Amino acid sequence: MSITYLEAIREAQFEALQQNPNVFLYGQDISTFGGAFKATKNLSREFPGRVFDSPISEDAMIGMAVGAAIEGARPIVEMQFADFSSVGFNQIVNQAATLFWRTNTPCPITIRLPSGGTPGSGPFHSQSMESIYAHYPGLVILTPATVEDAYWMLLESVEINDPVIFCEHKFLYYHLKSEDFGEAMPIGKARIARPGRDATIVTYSAMLHESLKAAEELRLDGYEVEVVDLRSVKPMDTDTILASVARTGRLLAVGESFPWGGVTAEIVARVSSEAFHLLDAPPMRLNSKDTPIPYHPNLWKSHRPTTGHISAALRDLLRY
Amino acid sequence: MLSARAAGSVFISISTVSVAESSLPCSSAVEAELREDFLKTLQCMMLSRTLEEKLGSLYRAGGRIVGGVYLGRGQEAFSAAAGIHLRWEKDVYGPLIRDQAGRIAYGEPILDTMRTYLGVVTGPMRGRDGNIHRGQPQKGYMAMISHLGSLVSVVSGALFARRLLGTLGDTVGATSIGDGGTSTGAFHEAINMAAVEKLPLVVSVANNQFAYSTPTTRQYACENLVDRAIGYGIDGHSVDGTDLLACLKVFRTAFQRARAGHGPQMVVGRLLRLGGHGEHDDASYIPDVKKHEHEGRDCLIVAQQQALDLGWATKVELDEWLKNARREVDKAQAQASKEPTPDPYRESWQALSTQRLAEGMGQ
Ligand SMILES: Cc1ncc(C[n+]2csc(CCOP(=O)(O)OP(=O)(O)O)c2C)c(N)n1
Ligand SMILES: [Mg+2]
Repeated sequence: MSITYLEAIREAQFEALQQNPNVFLYGQDISTFGGAFKATKNLSREFPGRVFDSPISEDAMIGMAVGAAIEGARPIVEMQFADFSSVGFNQIVNQAATLFWRTNTPCPITIRLPSGGTPGSGPFHSQSMESIYAHYPGLVILTPATVEDAYWMLLESVEINDPVIFCEHKFLYYHLKSEDFGEAMPIGKARIARPGRDATIVTYSAMLHESLKAAEELRLDGYEVEVVDLRSVKPMDTDTILASVARTGRLLAVGESFPWGGVTAEIVARVSSEAFHLLDAPPMRLNSKDTPIPYHPNLWKSHRPTTGHISAALRDLLRY
Repeated sequence: MLSARAAGSVFISISTVSVAESSLPCSSAVEAELREDFLKTLQCMMLSRTLEEKLGSLYRAGGRIVGGVYLGRGQEAFSAAAGIHLRWEKDVYGPLIRDQAGRIAYGEPILDTMRTYLGVVTGPMRGRDGNIHRGQPQKGYMAMISHLGSLVSVVSGALFARRLLGTLGDTVGATSIGDGGTSTGAFHEAINMAAVEKLPLVVSVANNQFAYSTPTTRQYACENLVDRAIGYGIDGHSVDGTDLLACLKVFRTAFQRARAGHGPQMVVGRLLRLGGHGEHDDASYIPDVKKHEHEGRDCLIVAQQQALDLGWATKVELDEWLKNARREVDKAQAQASKEPTPDPYRESWQALSTQRLAEGMGQ
């Protein structure tokens, strides 16, 4: 048997619906059609009356999920693309994220964001929104990079009594396969995806795979690069990051979102202020370019970090 | 007043009765019920006005109230006529900025209002949020965020979940919006969604002719906001928001229809904001002539007159109710004033309910 990252997401939703009658799915075209990416394929048939097509109303979709959560339901909302969650931004950061703190009422909603670039998707179907949402208090931001994490973390998301922004990477949907779901790792713990001693890459989501390839390239030059998969960008497992930097003395933070601020800046800030004395080189970060995401693959490949960019950055870091 | 094309697809209640013209309902049972509702609502209005006058004077005196004070003066009849149809801890209510009277009619103790304005930890918001931004969502009493229009979908979501989980029963939801708030995308999205789902939702649109300083001519270009109901495929009702009797009749119909499964009901009330946007605002931009128009009548005076004219209350009773209201307000103020304000060293500084996932970077 071989399961894709996308199938893992479908299976996790199947399981969540199966386990808890309070779970329901809400999103555009997700019912009989099964969703733009088929992440909810057949679920409306398997769970009649629990998978709903929504109007194209991202604001109202999130607002309604918050109201439903207040009443004890556990909605999973699918944004057709992460990019469109900007229309629901207010409800996410002001309604959902403040509810518990303001009113002591838990807000167990899961918002699935099909994220990240794929060739030909252009400026409005390629965005990575984790950095934006991580900025706001009251949200949990998950960025699974593996089939196992896609499955287990989505399943756990539904059980978390707080709003979860589940950033699933579209590039991994079909590319990434696994034999089974393996074992669940707790949310909030980073994972050493590849051990090393010469430098640390801290990354997440699709950039994990580019980073692993870059680490492999550097191995041919005799370097052992450690790769840390954050899994959740918020909470961020600072301990694991610091422990890795303590071993290697060098840090490269890699993310696909835009370069101004964000997750990679947060990683560098934490390492600089908490482990300055452990560093043998200035910490580095690599993100996409500071332009909208281009449509043509020639441009797109240069816009986001790829194995080549990461290897080059690593060489700079190791040369210092 | 209402366009002819509205007839047919939209259920319209035309309620323009003035005090003098108001006629008693025919059946005596209905009359008794209406009378009871009317008198209850009137007392809520009196309590609300008294409470808000106190809040206004506390604000002007300075010192105790942190932040702004936003009052519902002139909108008590419209607000409370909706609130009186809601059952505390049963129905879902998402009141807005001008709904103090509706909140009282729904069942919120005025002590909670006082506590929230004074920011004491004993209040439902514990000093974390203030003034009109208060509620107890676990009881179905939603706590508005500032962003106008964004509460409609939350109330709808609660109703949607109740239907899904089998807990809806005969409960309904109600929420409010101003003329200005109807221009938001959030409002449009939410009403459309509620209509698609045919939820038992009553939306009060208080057209008080101004959004802060902006007159309705700069807010919308349609003839009457109630006409929008046609576009959403929901029932629209229009009412003189200064006339309590008319408001009660219209909301009774609207709530009955919502509970009976006819989907969302939009009730548009015509009135005037009798004061500033908040107590910081002298509303000098509202032309004097507006204040002398029909919509500029004080609904509280109108309602008291109605009670006297109908023989439903005596002058002595009205005076007694006002005295009671003052006593209650003073009591709430005295109580809340001695309660503790929040202590930053006791604050958890955690926005998540899941402790193990909190980053705890607030130190
Ligand atoms: C989305 C949004 N934009 C702006 C504001 C600032 N604001 C608060 S109340 C208000 C006017 C509201 O007017 P209206 O909806 O007519 O209600 P009223 O105050 O007249 O009751 C404005 C502009 C806000 N709260 N929310
Ligand atoms: Mg207004």
